[in-house]
Amino acid sequence: MERVIELRNVYAGYGRSVILRDVTFDVMKGEVFALLGGSGCGKSTIMKHMIGLNPVLSGDLTVAGMRWTAKTRAKLCRKIGVMYQSGALFGSMTCLENVLLPLEEFSKLRRKARRARAMELLADVELADAADKMPSEISGGMRKRVAIARAMALDPEVVFLDEPSAGLDPITSASLDELILRLKREKGMTFVVVTHELDSIFRIADRAAMFDKARKGMVALGTPAALRDSSPDPFVRKFFNRRKTDGR
Amino acid sequence: MAILSGLGEWFDKGRRSFAGWQEFIGETTVDCLSLIVRPRNFRFGDFLLAFQRASYSGLAISTGIGFLLGLILAFESAAALRSFGVEVYVADLLTIGLFRELGPLVTAIILAGRSGIAFAADIGTMKVDEELDALATMGLRPVRFLVLPRVAAATLAMPVLTVFAELAGLVGGAIVLRVMDVPTVVFWAHVESTATLFMIVFGLAKACLFGMLVGLIGCFSGMRTKATADGVGVAATAAVVSSIVAIAVTDGILAVVCYIWNV
Ligand SMILES: Nc1ncnc2c1ncn2[C@@H]1O[C@H](COP(=O)(O)OP(=O)(O)OP(=O)(O)O)[C@@H](O)[C@H]1O
Ligand SMILES: [Mg+2]
Repeated sequence: MERVIELRNVYAGYGRSVILRDVTFDVMKGEVFALLGGSGCGKSTIMKHMIGLNPVLSGDLTVAGMRWTAKTRAKLCRKIGVMYQSGALFGSMTCLENVLLPLEEFSKLRRKARRARAMELLADVELADAADKMPSEISGGMRKRVAIARAMALDPEVVFLDEPSAGLDPITSASLDELILRLKREKGMTFVVVTHELDSIFRIADRAAMFDKARKGMVALGTPAALRDSSPDPFVRKFFNRRKTDGR
Repeated sequence: MAILSGLGEWFDKGRRSFAGWQEFIGETTVDCLSLIVRPRNFRFGDFLLAFQRASYSGLAISTGIGFLLGLILAFESAAALRSFGVEVYVADLLTIGLFRELGPLVTAIILAGRSGIAFAADIGTMKVDEELDALATMGLRPVRFLVLPRVAAATLAMPVLTVFAELAGLVGGAIVLRVMDVPTVVFWAHVESTATLFMIVFGLAKACLFGMLVGLIGCFSGMRTKATADGVGVAATAAVVSSIVAIAVTDGILAVVCYIWNV
């Protein structure tokens, strides 16, 4: 299997403050890789390193075999799609225009075809009827789905989703999972997903990495089932077995 | 000791924000020049919106303040000139004052308080909402998207606003003199003989320069917004304060240069 993202002894953080120490893992082509951990443990931080927003403090991080540098940036940006935790839709544009933006800037499609493609993407996230609404007029969950449509617009190789299902009802959340699985199956897309939803993790994730804020590092790596059943780490077991205690 | 370390910290902060400013100006220049090669990259729709907000919506206040300024200046100076019986020279004074100095200056300060602050708040909110990050990971340059349209809008809105403020100021002056029994024709004759084309063009060029400063500083403050609760507020305040300081300093430098070159 081909490695799409490689992290070797990465120290993650901002400037002088280290959030995660010595993180090493790979993301394989065509898999759904989940980043797990409690709030504030550094999942978004490590994702920001992977999408080239912040340089790693030390260690080695490559995407499609390239480090993020001024030279590779343009090329790498075309290979990734990102959905931010808050959605990060452009407030001055309608939902459709948000999805159209990357198409207008980068695709060679004609005007009509671009619109059709954007509508198709919105239909994929079941929001075709919100096309002409402004982001401020739709709910937080809907905004996230529009953001996912925007992230998918240019058929990226790797899609990063920061908590896609937080704030969604179970049915929409399940249909989002199906969308992810379909894109993985049909287009061979790779996904890196930050999530807290146990159901979702077991439905979609091929492998997962788990981080702990207290230890400032990665504490487990493997398939969700393996983490749940045979992890020696009490923190990991607790995370996966909260299903029993909180009655879900 | 505390004073020293405070001073050091302050100096360090200043140095870093100066480095940030240099980088920002560099990026803006590069993106601006690249428009020559690909003019279609200019976000014309965003420009029109920003221009409309800066000019049309600011017209009433600029005109109103200009009018009051003319009124007050004329009134105060007429009182002094009257004792020599030469209150008609208020027209000359007003013409020079408004076209060379006060028209662009006051309009720029109004622009800073209306548009500069709006630029900073808009872009700052976008930064806090991760929208700037989203642009960056799409491979789009925030400067091209957000800064160029706004700076262009501020630069071009300034001469429009300034002309209105200056004309309103003259009208204000004319009214005061009319009340003091100087016929309006005489007033206008003095205005016409005093105003030179150079004076007017120089004033408007200065207006453009101030507009550009307000736009650049507003956008720069917005892009440096910190993701804290009061981040956007701090950025907005910084935008207005730095704009006004920059305008005043630039105006001072220009005044000295004009004096030396005798123009
Ligand atoms: N810009 C920043 N500068 C410095 N520290 C930051 C910055 N952003 C976040 N942090 C710190 O980094 C740590 C990890 O934050 P991060 O956003 O990665 O958490 P997370 O795992 O995504 O949490 P959540 O599930 O709540 O989104 C936090 O302690 C936070 O205070
Ligand atoms: Mg997060």
